[in-house]
Amino acid sequence: MIGEFIDGPLWYFSITAFVIGVVWRIVAIVRAGLKPDLSIARGSAGSGAVRAIFSRFVPERTVTTRSRLQLIAGYMFHVGLLVLLFFAQPHVDFIAERITGFDWPAVPHWVFIVTAEFAFAGLILLWLHRVLNPVTRLLSDLDDHIGSILVFLVMLTGCLALAQSHESLRLLHLFLAEVFLIYFPFSKLMHAFTFVMSRGYTGATMGRKGVNA
Amino acid sequence: MSEQFEQGVAALRNQIDARISSYLSSCVHCGICAEACLFYTETQDPRYTPIHKIEPLKKLWKTENTFWGKMAKSMGLIEPLTESDFAQWEELIYDSCTLCGRCSMVCPVGNDITYMIRKIREGFSVAGYAPDGMKEATKRALNIGSPMGVTLKTLKAALAHVERDTGLSIPIDKANADYMTLFSSMEIVNFPEYIESIAKIFDTAGVSWTISSKAFEATNSGIQIGNRDAAAELVGRVVNAAETLGVKYVVSPECGHAYTAIRWEGPNLIGRAYDFEVIHILELLDKLKVEGRIKLSGKDDTPMTLHDPCQIVRRGGVVDPPRNLLNSVADHFTEMQDHGVMNWCCGGGGGVSANERAEPLRLKAFDRKKHQLEELGVNTMVTACANCRIILEEGLEHNEMDTEVVSLTELLAEHLQSGNT
Ligand code: HEM
Ligand code: SF4
Ligand code: SF4
Repeated sequence: MIGEFIDGPLWYFSITAFVIGVVWRIVAIVRAGLKPDLSIARGSAGSGAVRAIFSRFVPERTVTTRSRLQLIAGYMFHVGLLVLLFFAQPHVDFIAERITGFDWPAVPHWVFIVTAEFAFAGLILLWLHRVLNPVTRLLSDLDDHIGSILVFLVMLTGCLALAQSHESLRLLHLFLAEVFLIYFPFSKLMHAFTFVMSRGYTGATMGRKGVNA
Repeated sequence: MSEQFEQGVAALRNQIDARISSYLSSCVHCGICAEACLFYTETQDPRYTPIHKIEPLKKLWKTENTFWGKMAKSMGLIEPLTESDFAQWEELIYDSCTLCGRCSMVCPVGNDITYMIRKIREGFSVAGYAPDGMKEATKRALNIGSPMGVTLKTLKAALAHVERDTGLSIPIDKANADYMTLFSSMEIVNFPEYIESIAKIFDTAGVSWTISSKAFEATNSGIQIGNRDAAAELVGRVVNAAETLGVKYVVSPECGHAYTAIRWEGPNLIGRAYDFEVIHILELLDKLKVEGRIKLSGKDDTPMTLHDPCQIVRRGGVVDPPRNLLNSVADHFTEMQDHGVMNWCCGGGGGVSANERAEPLRLKAFDRKKHQLEELGVNTMVTACANCRIILEEGLEHNEMDTEVVSLTELLAEHLQSGNT
C-alpha cells in the first residue's frame, strides 16, 4: 500500500537524505577553505562571530524603516513555522515516537491555530512581496518559488489533516513533508543552517577589526 | 573565447572560499541589501541591488558547485559564464559600488556582500574588464609611484613649502624613527595643509617621525581595481621602506582605502606579518591626546557634524577616536542620524572617484549625503579622508550647498596649544 510506503521506507529515506545532504553541503562549504588572516587583530574574531550570529536577529534602523513589511512578515512566518514544527501536538508525538524517544509539552490547540494563521499570513506576504517588488523580482529564481510553495503546501495539508483528522490527509501531509526534506539540501532552504556560518564568518572578520557587525 | 577571458574566469574561480560559498548558499534573495546601498536608494534601479552586482560570481559558483546548477548546465538549460556577462556587469561592479560595506551590515543572513564585490573585481581586472580611469591610475601607481602621478620631486616641493611656512624641518629617511608617515597623492597636491598640520602636531608632541623618499604614497589602486599582484607590489614598497628604516610604526594618513590596504589587506597580500605596526593618524592623535602629549585649547562653537569615511570606520574599526577628538575641540558636535558604522558613503570610494564615466551616477548617489545634511541642518562637516573631502566638495558644489568640509587633523592643529610641555 502507498500509505505504508509513505509512513515507512519513504520516511526513512527522506530523513536520511536530509541529514546526509545537509552535512554534505556544510562540509563542502568548509572545504572550500579559508586563508589565515595575517593582519594584527584589534578585537576578537571569536566573540565577533558569536555576536553577529545573534545580533543579526535584531535589524538595523535601515531595515526597520525601509523594509518594515518584510521584517514583520519574515518574523511572523519563521516564528510561526518554528512553533508549529516543534510544538504542535502531532509533531511532538511524531518526533518522540520516531526520533527522540521522549516528548515535551505541546502548545494548546488555540495557540496552534493562531500561530498557523500568523505563519500563513507571513509566508503569503513574503511571497507577494517577492513577486511584486522590482528588486526581489529581479533576484528571484525558480528555487525561491519552489521553496515557498512547498512550505506552503506542507503547512496547508498539515492544518487540513489536523482539522479533519482524516488518515489520507495525514499521509498527504507526511508525503509533502518528505518531499520537502529531500528537496531541502539542494535548495535555498539551506539558509536555515548556513546563516550561522555566514553570520559567523562576517562577524569574525569584522570582530578582528573591532567593528560590531 | 579569448584567452584573457579564460584567465579572468580562472582568477574568479580562485576567489571562491568558504566565506563566499557560505554566503551564496545562505542568500534568501530578500533584497534587503538594496535598501542599504546609496546607489539603489537614490536611483531605485533594482540592478544596483548589492547582491545582484555579483551575479557572474554566483553563476560560476552555481554551475560548478551546486547540484541543480551542474545539472542545468549539462542539460543546456543555463549557459556558463560568458564574456558578455563580464561586459554587462563591469559597470555594476565598478561604477555602482564604492566598497563602502553598508550592505554587509544589514543582510539578515550575515552575508559580507562587499567582500564578494571586492573579490569579483579580481576576476574582472584579469579579464581586462575594468574602467579605463582605474586601469590608468593603477599603471601610474606602479610606474610612477602614485595614481595621480605625484613624484618625489613634487613631494619635496610641497615639503619645502611647509618648512618655509612653519619654520620646522621635516625629517626624510631618518633611520630608527618611531613613526613613518604616508600621504595620499591628493593630500600632497590638494591639501598640503594636512602635511603642515601633522608637522606642527608631531613637533609639539615631540614625536620622532620621518617620511621615506622610497615609499610615501599611501593609496593603493591595486586594491580598488581588484588586482592582487599590483596591490601586493604597492604594499611591498611601503613594507620594504619601513623595515629598511627600522621604524616602529607606519602612519596611515587621512585616507580611507589606504588604511584598509596597508592595515588589513597588506599582510595577506605579501603573505607575512610586518616587522612594524600600522596606526591610523586618528588613532595616533587620540593616543597623543590621552597621553597628554598634545593639549587642545579653545572650543569651537560652530555647529559641526562628522562624515565617517567608510574604510576607516565601518571597514577599518577606527570608530571612537574621531569622535573623541572632535568632541575635544567642538562644543556643538551633532551626529547625523545614520553615523559611525552605519554612515552613508560619500559616493566616491572604491575607485569610483578615479572612474570618470561614473561621475553622473556618483553625483546622483550624493543625494543621500545631501539629504542627511539637510535633515541635520549643520553647515560644517568634518571628515578624515582626502578622497571623501574632494567628493563631498564636488557634490556640495553641484547641489549649490554652502556646507564647509573640514579635515579633522587640520582642525585639531588649529586648536593645538603650542609649547605645552
Ligand atoms: C526550518 C527552517 C526554515 C525554513 C523551512 C525556512 C523557509 C523559508 C522560506 C520558504 C523563505 C522564503 C519566503 C519568501 O520570501 O517567499 C524564507 C525566507 C527567509 N528566511 Fe527562512 N526558513 C527557515 C529558517 C530560517 C532561519 C533559522 C533564519 C535565520 C536567519 C531564516 C531567515 C530567513 C530570511 C531572512 C528570509 C527572507 C525573508 C524575506 O524575503 O524578507 N530562515 N525562509
Ligand atoms: S559596498 Fe556600499 S556601494 Fe557597494 S553595494 Fe554595498 S552598499 Fe552599495
Ligand atoms: S540582504 Fe543578504 S540575503 Fe538578502 S538578498 Fe541581499 S545578500 Fe541575499
